[in-house]
Amino acid sequence: MSRAVEESNRAMLRARDAMDRAYAEPLDIPALARIAHVSEAHFIRTFRATFGETPHRYLQRRRVERAMWLLVETERDVTDICFAVGFSSLGTFSRTFRQIVGESPTGFRRRATPTNVPSCFTKAWTRPISFG
Amino acid sequence: MGMTMNAISRSQIYVLDQDEALDFYVNKLGMEVNTDQDLGFMRWLTVNLPGDPEREILLEKPGPPALDPATAEQVRELLTKGALGGYLFMTTDDARKTHEDLVAKGVEITDEPTERPYGIDFGIRDPFGNKIRIGQMFPRA
Repeated sequence: MSRAVEESNRAMLRARDAMDRAYAEPLDIPALARIAHVSEAHFIRTFRATFGETPHRYLQRRRVERAMWLLVETERDVTDICFAVGFSSLGTFSRTFRQIVGESPTGFRRRATPTNVPSCFTKAWTRPISFG
Repeated sequence: MGMTMNAISRSQIYVLDQDEALDFYVNKLGMEVNTDQDLGFMRWLTVNLPGDPEREILLEKPGPPALDPATAEQVRELLTKGALGGYLFMTTDDARKTHEDLVAKGVEITDEPTERPYGIDFGIRDPFGNKIRIGQMFPRA
């Protein structure tokens, strides 16, 4: 009984890890469901039950977090960063960024400061939340 | 003043299966078995990095009587969703080469090698959900 939950959790974690690692690639639900070895509908439902948000939302916020990081840590321009983190249009990127962060990428860049902890902690702790 | 502790000699992480853990930590990551002893009530299994037997990692299986069955189940569920917090940080002389070796062995990468102010590091996941970070650290200023 519990074995099934563990296997399912681990498979969902594998798909989430893929988003953390390969956010820059054109990841979509079919590709992620394949990593988890389940159907697309099952994947979306189970991921949400496991982690409290949909895979789409997780990925979107991972991409925005990586964009925030690049805005602070590099001098690359906004368009370049938009494509580097996996968005395919500047319009979608700017709209999504503003929606999630509450300000434009340029505005965010102006007031943010770099950190110096291992990247995995930055990724885990500065991804904008989508629950609660 | 007055504190005389001088080393972190053993750390513990939970694993779901000790044979599988042994295969991963020894055959894939290249660690050594330090102690593998059946104590009757538990299998005391520790590993260390080659040349560093003073720092052991205990690979413990959660279960009764140390944990009641329902609690053990919660631990296993949190572990497999990556939320238990078992976390190992290791250092290497060459992060990119170590990454390449581990990829060839089929180890799950969570974070590709990145150059940061403190060094070059990357992340991997053990078969159960524990996170491991491997870094080639720059000398501290």
